[in-house]
Amino acid sequence: MIEVNDLWFDYDGHPVLKGVSFEISSGEIVAIMGENGAGKTTLIKHFNGLLKPKRGYVKIFGVDTREVTVAQLSRKVGLIFQNPDHQLFAETVKDEVSFALKNFGFPKDVIEVRVEKILKMLDLYDLKDRSPFTLSGGERRRVTIASVLCYDPDIIVFDEPTVGQDYRNKERLARLIKLLHTQSKTIVVVTHDIEFVAENIPRVILLSSGRVIADGSTRRILTDENLIMKANLVLPQITQIAYFLKDFGIPKDLLWISEIRDSIIKVFRR
Amino acid sequence: MLILKAFEFKRGDTIIHKLDPRVKFIFSFSCLLLSFLFGSVIILFCILIMILPLFYISKSLGNYLKSLRGALFFMIIIFLLNYFTSGIDMAILIIIRLILIMSSFSIFFLTTYPEDFALALVSIGIPYDFALTFIMAMRFVPTLAREAQLIIDAQRSRGLELDKGAFITKLKNYIPILVPLIVSSLRRSMSVAEAMESRAFGASPKRSSLIELSFKRRDYVALTLIVSFTVLMLFLKFYFHIEDYLK
Repeated sequence: MIEVNDLWFDYDGHPVLKGVSFEISSGEIVAIMGENGAGKTTLIKHFNGLLKPKRGYVKIFGVDTREVTVAQLSRKVGLIFQNPDHQLFAETVKDEVSFALKNFGFPKDVIEVRVEKILKMLDLYDLKDRSPFTLSGGERRRVTIASVLCYDPDIIVFDEPTVGQDYRNKERLARLIKLLHTQSKTIVVVTHDIEFVAENIPRVILLSSGRVIADGSTRRILTDENLIMKANLVLPQITQIAYFLKDFGIPKDLLWISEIRDSIIKVFRR
Repeated sequence: MLILKAFEFKRGDTIIHKLDPRVKFIFSFSCLLLSFLFGSVIILFCILIMILPLFYISKSLGNYLKSLRGALFFMIIIFLLNYFTSGIDMAILIIIRLILIMSSFSIFFLTTYPEDFALALVSIGIPYDFALTFIMAMRFVPTLAREAQLIIDAQRSRGLELDKGAFITKLKNYIPILVPLIVSSLRRSMSVAEAMESRAFGASPKRSSLIELSFKRRDYVALTLIVSFTVLMLFLKFYFHIEDYLK
């Protein structure tokens, strides 16, 4: 469980987070959204203690992040960063994925088993002896995901996982999130990708210049024109269509293709 | 990297910013010369005291002090090394010399627009390609520092503990930081090169420049002051042997 209470943070006096509070329960899937510079990445760096609150506190499963090391917290909170080039370093994909397991002191035979399992799960097994630097963008991204999922953290945080990914890779990610959800993981996704959130994530925390301006169901927040504008986003495409068609009696809070299809058919049947 | 603050250009509109970069370079070079020629703590200290107001005039005292704070650690090490090898007098001398050299070049870099700096290098006969390479290296220092921080964050998130283990292990801990840093720097240098070529860098052998450096009255005044002070100091040293009186 993640508990953030009145969190303040600044870089050299430039305030970035100004009293952020929320709770995320175990097993939830949550998107953190907001404009560039809203403080999203700064916020998630508090989850594994890379940054420590200047005021307020962050608790992970009841433990204050100031009282434990980054390594101890990382065991529970897996942060998957945006740019694979900022972490890939090993000679082979297999070594890359074993890195965290070695750091956390897993025995050799366990490492073997886990790495094989995770590589198969992410369609990387055939690439296991390749150098990570020779892989495509999507493959590199999957290696970074594998290198965190391998040690089985309870909370998994993705930073901008859909940036620069083609549609198939996005679908893969959506399936992965669903799979992790069935394993009762807590999943936090930082993203601008409103379509991805509309389709796959049930709860949104909306940040704007260092404050939480909305926290609730994706349906309520992503179909609220004013909130979306405040956070420098645009409405999901399906919701935009629903807005255009509101004169025909179509409700405005639609997110999915199936919903708008059903309401349009209903209008025609009338 | 607080220490680098001393060499990071800060936009400004003070008289020192407006001086011709060549004059400022001669100033830094004179300070370098004097700091090596003189072996007297008192004289070096006096020169240092004379330089300090320049930071105040150019409104960069804050950055300067920050960089001194950043350099403190290195200075203590250098001080201790010299203290144990050659005694307290030498240690103090070395430190004050170090601060003086750092200060004189820091005023140059803090107040000189990188493009002007390149022009100054070209005007003393250095090919533009080399000058550009140099200012680009300066330009990318903060970028590299930021990138290093991102990489450190990513690896710590995967359980890397940098200061764990004995000396050799500690060094090995830096491999996961250095490899991505070097690889991404190489990648970036490729794309910078491509971006420059696509904007016709090197298309004509003789490159023209939008800004031409020219000496104004203030430059002549400053230059006269610097040169006469340096000559005076040299005179005092070699003719009057001033240092003998200060012992």
